[in-house]
Amino acid sequence: METRDLILIEHFCTNHEIEFSFIDSLHQFGLIEVIIYEDNKYLHQEQLNDVEKMMRMHYDLDINMEGIDVISHLLKRMNSLQKELMETQNKLRLYEH
Amino acid sequence: MEFIDYYKILEIQKTASETDIKAAYRKLARKYHPDLNPNDESAKKKFQQINEANEVLSDPEKRKKYDKYGKDWKHADEFEKANQQQSQSRTSGGQQSYGSSGGDFSGDFSEFFESMYGSGAGGRTKQKKFRGQDLNAELHLNLMDVYKTQQQTLTVNGKNIRLTIPAGVENGQVIKITGHGTPGVNGGPNGDLYITFTIANHPKFKREGSNLYASVDLDLYTALLGGDLQVDTLDGKVKLKVAPETQSNTKVKLKGKGFPVYKKEGEFGDLYITYIVKLPANLNEKEKELFTELSKLRANGN
Repeated sequence: METRDLILIEHFCTNHEIEFSFIDSLHQFGLIEVIIYEDNKYLHQEQLNDVEKMMRMHYDLDINMEGIDVISHLLKRMNSLQKELMETQNKLRLYEH
Repeated sequence: MEFIDYYKILEIQKTASETDIKAAYRKLARKYHPDLNPNDESAKKKFQQINEANEVLSDPEKRKKYDKYGKDWKHADEFEKANQQQSQSRTSGGQQSYGSSGGDFSGDFSEFFESMYGSGAGGRTKQKKFRGQDLNAELHLNLMDVYKTQQQTLTVNGKNIRLTIPAGVENGQVIKITGHGTPGVNGGPNGDLYITFTIANHPKFKREGSNLYASVDLDLYTALLGGDLQVDTLDGKVKLKVAPETQSNTKVKLKGKGFPVYKKEGEFGDLYITYIVKLPANLNEKEKELFTELSKLRANGN
């Protein structure tokens, strides 16, 4: 398996000075995917943005795991509504002269 | 450059304790943090102000200076020099400013802040690895620009990026270019570049997804008696057979003559043509006579 795009969770935690248990909780809540390869646990680089975002919510804004879960769902919902709005605006363009 | 009332920004009294400041900051940061307000420039600006206010008020040294000289900031340094007893060292103690790669606003302090504390006075000092900030760019194109897959070179932050724009990109669609955001901090990965496409309306064709819509004028006689008609498509002209007695606003579908389906090579939507029957104008005497005769044949007008 190619580990080029994977980030060792241990390194991630050391770099950000956070507990491994935080990443573990995010995984338990189904908010991130943890990849296990040769007994090591990794995060996919694609998830880094989201993990750092959730890290800021927790450590900087004092939001607990349940709060992060709710916010993540609401942000996803907001994203899909924005997409819907864009599609509706594109439909309205049909009637513009 | 104006005086900034940091107490007002954090919505606290001048007598606020460290705990009050921390609580006020966290409350406002939760409301305006860019992670919780994506694509909201006003929230981002507000968060920067809150961050700056916190940077000053949560650091006892900075707060002391602000309280003492705040309104006279222009002369703060003169006062400082005059008062040799005052400690000159400015350690970066106190609470660190919040935010990181996606929300690191430590470099975005106001002129007022920098005039009082210097340009390097804010922000965290820890040598952590952080992913670089994501960048957003807007690309304005015409409908024809996205009819075929094409390559374009964009200059973002002084760097040239060769970009493949797939046919069928939608107006408002966002494409992520991995690793082309700002460089990571202390060896962290680069951020991403998000490009939003703004596609101008075409004068003839309206688009909805992969379907196209166009109106075509039809003269009275072809509408009544039927005939051949050449219409424009994005792919060239096509010949249509108009059925006799075609009414105005009749729609016909030209299968596969619409817009390419995004990332599905060779697949196209449909083109919907609406016939608009145009009545002849400036009738001559002979025409008037013949239409009158016709009208008599259909006394009820139908």
